[in-house]
Amino acid sequence: MSLQDKLAAAFKGNSKNASVENYKKEAFEAFSQKGFPTTKDEEWKYTSLRSVLKKEYGIESAKATNITQESITPFLVAGLDSYKLVFVDGVFQASLSDSIEEVSVKLLSEAIEDASYQDLFENKYNSLAKGFTSLTDLNTAFTNEGVVIQVAKSKVVSKPIELIYLASGETSAMLLQPRNLITVAENAEVKFIERHQSVANVATFNNVVTEVFVAQNGIFDLYKIQNDKDDASLVDATFVAQERDTVASVYTFTFGGNITRNNLSFYQNGPGCDSILNGVTILEGSQLVDNHTLVAHKSPDCQSNETYKGIYGGKSTGVFNGKVIVDQAAQRINAYQQNDSVLISDEATINSKPQLEIFADDVKCSHGCTIGQLDKSALFYMQQRGIPVKEAEALLMFAFCSDAIKEVKVPALKIKINQLMADKLGVNIQFDEIAE
Amino acid sequence: MLKIENLHAKVEDNDILKGLNIEVKAGEVHAIMGPNGAGKSTLASVVAGNENYEVTEGNIFLEGENIEDLSPDERAHKGVFLSFQYPVEIPGVTVTNFIKTAINAKRKANGLEDMPAAEMLKKIKEKSALLEIKKDFLSRSLNEGFSGGEKKRNEIFQMAMLEPKLAILDETDSGLDIDALRIVANGVNKLKSKDNAVIVITHYQRLLDYIIPDFVHVLADGKIIKSGGKELALELEEKGYDWLVK
Repeated sequence: MSLQDKLAAAFKGNSKNASVENYKKEAFEAFSQKGFPTTKDEEWKYTSLRSVLKKEYGIESAKATNITQESITPFLVAGLDSYKLVFVDGVFQASLSDSIEEVSVKLLSEAIEDASYQDLFENKYNSLAKGFTSLTDLNTAFTNEGVVIQVAKSKVVSKPIELIYLASGETSAMLLQPRNLITVAENAEVKFIERHQSVANVATFNNVVTEVFVAQNGIFDLYKIQNDKDDASLVDATFVAQERDTVASVYTFTFGGNITRNNLSFYQNGPGCDSILNGVTILEGSQLVDNHTLVAHKSPDCQSNETYKGIYGGKSTGVFNGKVIVDQAAQRINAYQQNDSVLISDEATINSKPQLEIFADDVKCSHGCTIGQLDKSALFYMQQRGIPVKEAEALLMFAFCSDAIKEVKVPALKIKINQLMADKLGVNIQFDEIAE
Repeated sequence: MLKIENLHAKVEDNDILKGLNIEVKAGEVHAIMGPNGAGKSTLASVVAGNENYEVTEGNIFLEGENIEDLSPDERAHKGVFLSFQYPVEIPGVTVTNFIKTAINAKRKANGLEDMPAAEMLKKIKEKSALLEIKKDFLSRSLNEGFSGGEKKRNEIFQMAMLEPKLAILDETDSGLDIDALRIVANGVNKLKSKDNAVIVITHYQRLLDYIIPDFVHVLADGKIIKSGGKELALELEEKGYDWLVK
């Protein structure tokens, strides 16, 4: 039985919330019609999910787990004081999580039964995700857990919130479909770190949807650490709706996994918005990353800034598709996009595609794309100063990525990213010092 | 310190060095002058171990050891330093972090622990003062957006930090105004000792007013065609190279 048939047989669609039930039915209908995307679909031209979909996935959340604090420690950011919310095989783990008083946190499964959340489900939930791709609809149809987080007006959350979704690998291969909804009220500020991680090397397919709403003057940062096992794939769709004078950033650090597809969509609904999308990728083997970004400039006097750096070895593949739509109303905006890749193997591939649709006349839109190899003269220069070639290469690659990392606002996270990069590059350089 | 015997080297299919001999002893300063395209920079690159150049014949000895099979970093660990004619820009790595990495790589290769942070800081302060380098310069990305003079000063700063046995200055005077030239030359002179040696590659005699050579060699068409004392540089400045080459 194909995964699609299996899903059709398992679909229930009943929910304790009438709005959500409606969304589920609609979404399932849409998914059934479209099916999984194939490479015939322009948006999925370079990213084939075929091998991922062939696996036998369990699609119900498992209950029992032997995951302990100890087994998740490697996947946390060392030395970081954060609020942790841990899920294993789609089930929230209270014993591994922190309680948070500063912000309102509710599990999705509980929120749908809570009348005080009704307004949120009617007006915000699924308003951005609906119909985005068939996989987004699939998530809407099947999701049964995730978080609903609301940051109150003028609240500056004192530490980052870590969303940790683990796959135990204890039962079988799993299809996991968490769903998050985050609202940042006026003048509030919050940082998130998100990770989807398999603990054992068992096939996992994460199909994740997160919707974020940032109200006037709010500041929202989301850092995604993607360093999963070789047999784990991730399709993520993150939507950020920005009201006036907000700053929102999403970082993706992709160092592992099988197939990683990041769909990041930003909607600038008021003037004075700033959107930042940065990505660093270091891949090898047959890994693939597909960064699909959308910035919808719908209001005047806004900015968007995209910097994507990638280092591809082995037979790995990178895809960058950066879409920028500038509405007629969006005068005096500045949209910047840069995608730089280094291919360190003859068999690695990068497909880079900027896509600009501009309907306003007084705007600045720039995009750049470079693909190259490591600079031999720079390597010789560094070697001449006594730095062995492997370290020199790593230092150059590190330097190459630095543009996309320098604005990371959480120092412990910056160190973690540097360490992950050093591991990935196979060197023992004190990157934490270099990152200062 | 350095002994080169019958050195032949080529890049791609062009023979550049065609039987070069030179011996440099500890405590000496040698100047190598010559027309464009004579092979001066090739000599510097070959001694430093640049793999773009192929040594087809001859030997290079550093303190009696044949260094031909050593990689550039291994040569650096043994005390070879090349001040580049065109230093490379490395965005994202600060001057300070680069030199720290270089020093500790050398220490590691020589079986030493990393230099303690306080000692490193003191040394950086001392050597940057010697080259009149300001503090904010040290936290800039290496060579990125540096003026020609700043790049050269930074090369000599790194030389001061690494304390090489053999320093080769490849056209370090090019692009320097007279004030910067004095600072750089003063830096080099302060580092000179009876235990190390300096090779100054230059097109012009001007730098040699400040770094006084013990020997001057003329390199033309891949060979040393004339050697002499410091007065040879003055003669070359006046007469050019044609009288020697013909």
